[in-house]
Amino acid sequence: MSKEKGRFGQFGGQYIPETLMNEVLRLEKEYAHYSRDAVFQKELADLLKNYAGRPSLLYFAEKMTKDLGGAKVYLKREDLNHTGSHKINNVLGQALLAKKMGKKRVIAETGAGQHGVATATAAALLGLECEIFMGREDTERQALNVFRMELLGAKVHTVTSGTMVLKDAVNETMREWTRRVDDTHYIIGTVMGPHPFPAMVRDFQSVIGNEARKQLLDAEGKLPKAVVACVGGGSNAMGLFHAFIGDGDVRLIGCEAAGKGIDTGKHAATVTTGEVGVFHGMKSYFNQDCEGQIAQVYSISAGLDYPGIGPEHAFLHETGRAEYAAVTDEEAVSAFEYIARTEGIIAAIESSHAIAHAIKLAPQYDREDSIIVCVSGRGDKDVAAIARYRGADIHE
Amino acid sequence: MSKISDAFRNGKAFIGFVTGGDPTLDLTVELVVGMAEAGADIVEIGIPFSDPIAEGEVIQRANARALNAGASVRGIFGAVRKVRERTDVPIVFLTYLNPVFRYGYDEFFAECRDAGVDGVIIPDAPFEEQGEFKPSARKHGVDVISLVSPTSEDRIAKIAADADGYLYVVSSMGVTGVRGSISTDISGIVASIRRASDAPAAVGFGISTPEQACELSKAADGVIVGSAIVRIVEEYGKDSVERVKDYVRRMKAAISERP
Repeated sequence: MSKEKGRFGQFGGQYIPETLMNEVLRLEKEYAHYSRDAVFQKELADLLKNYAGRPSLLYFAEKMTKDLGGAKVYLKREDLNHTGSHKINNVLGQALLAKKMGKKRVIAETGAGQHGVATATAAALLGLECEIFMGREDTERQALNVFRMELLGAKVHTVTSGTMVLKDAVNETMREWTRRVDDTHYIIGTVMGPHPFPAMVRDFQSVIGNEARKQLLDAEGKLPKAVVACVGGGSNAMGLFHAFIGDGDVRLIGCEAAGKGIDTGKHAATVTTGEVGVFHGMKSYFNQDCEGQIAQVYSISAGLDYPGIGPEHAFLHETGRAEYAAVTDEEAVSAFEYIARTEGIIAAIESSHAIAHAIKLAPQYDREDSIIVCVSGRGDKDVAAIARYRGADIHE
Repeated sequence: MSKISDAFRNGKAFIGFVTGGDPTLDLTVELVVGMAEAGADIVEIGIPFSDPIAEGEVIQRANARALNAGASVRGIFGAVRKVRERTDVPIVFLTYLNPVFRYGYDEFFAECRDAGVDGVIIPDAPFEEQGEFKPSARKHGVDVISLVSPTSEDRIAKIAADADGYLYVVSSMGVTGVRGSISTDISGIVASIRRASDAPAAVGFGISTPEQACELSKAADGVIVGSAIVRIVEEYGKDSVERVKDYVRRMKAAISERP
């Protein structure tokens, strides 16, 4: 992070309404305090171990490795966490922090529903009221997750403003936070938003890379050639990358959604096609038009269907430390099917974007090399959508 | 004194808001000129944005209508030039930061000066983030109007001390939109402003009736009304100008009454 507060180079900042400023400044202070507080860290470590089921496995995908004929492929199994994705890592941290700050209520946006389910879960466990905002397009594509959140005691608001997807859910959650900031914490689900969220969410997610780095060193005795993760806002990728940023020889590769193809305009490939802008509290790359209007983006994956990217990713891209590859719906769906058949793992369609890239990457390396791919979530939620993509008439 | 702070010399100020290009830029010109004729002391024009996070539903819909009708930043500058052929009323843009950032800060504020825009309000650029564009704005003589909200507390002093134009006192928590009642201690906020600055304080968010305007104007130097006007435009479209003028006359009269 640069010397200027809350910045990663030119990216980041606190571009939010005045009504939220004192709350965000307070959050910054409280987080700085609790991130060094031994009791807080012990409570969080206990939740991660005994509730979320960490550490997650670093699984050697032997059949996939043999089939691809190159680097050993290791899968970081965030799909095996409680609630089925990496989202729980951040949510437990923020919900615990909210409780320490005296908050009675948490609110959150969700796209695919994984962050919403994780938030509703943590709220149930820690005794916090919970309200989730989800775009109408997503409540329809992920109907089961809506019921799942309600089952956990959360109130789910269907967002009908704007384009009715993840970005609009973020807008509506921010509006709700300005209505009721005194007793409410906004659990942002990814490494975006105003400072301190991008750094705080990264810290809570960095358990992914910290574990994976150690697990791989134990297994192989050397670092991987590359670590690969999907990127919407970029929280599982930042969580994986963080431990490896100082390892200059390890390639950091984020995989963003190319949807129906970069040339079709129907995609969510923010780094590949976006421009620097200011939105949702941060300066970063956004898909936008020449007037600065935020673009309508598209991906088969509700979790990658976001027109921006976290500011630290923008910085890693600008400085060339990380690479960002665009993966189409078709490639992701094929990878979804491939890893199911090859390894018996049904991975989230988001994670399948990373797997698709790994399929291309592994053969470029030697057999003594290794790569790590983050399976950020499980794909049960996506089965019906994939079936429909392949032409089956299945509904949840 | 800027042209904007001069606007507060005519008793309590009435500040009206319309979204630029809703439903057409031609109507925006008529609405701005009409509000000035009806007694508005300052007119705010919203530059429509795809994701107006500080706005309630009424102005969200206006933003969508304007963008669907093809409103652009350049188009709105054009509308301001047409307004300037007919009135000198101070004009303030309300815009989110991204359209300004994309236009280029220096280009944007130079164009404001040339077209006749006197100030800007940027709801997603709090005090700490204004440094990247304030020098350009000041260079071109454009006031950057800051917001102060019910949660600003200890921040009021530094925001007020650096104020250009007027301070926009946010009356309530949440987003823009008509409210039945306003319970915030506006007098307390204005007193904090007075301790740090001579800049006038205008209160907005949620004001729609002459009674509310009259009450709030006692505590502040002016009132800002947006959603209530935009709602008239939404309902009556091209036939809204006379209705908006009539509304502005009643509101200005309500805040001009002497006890």
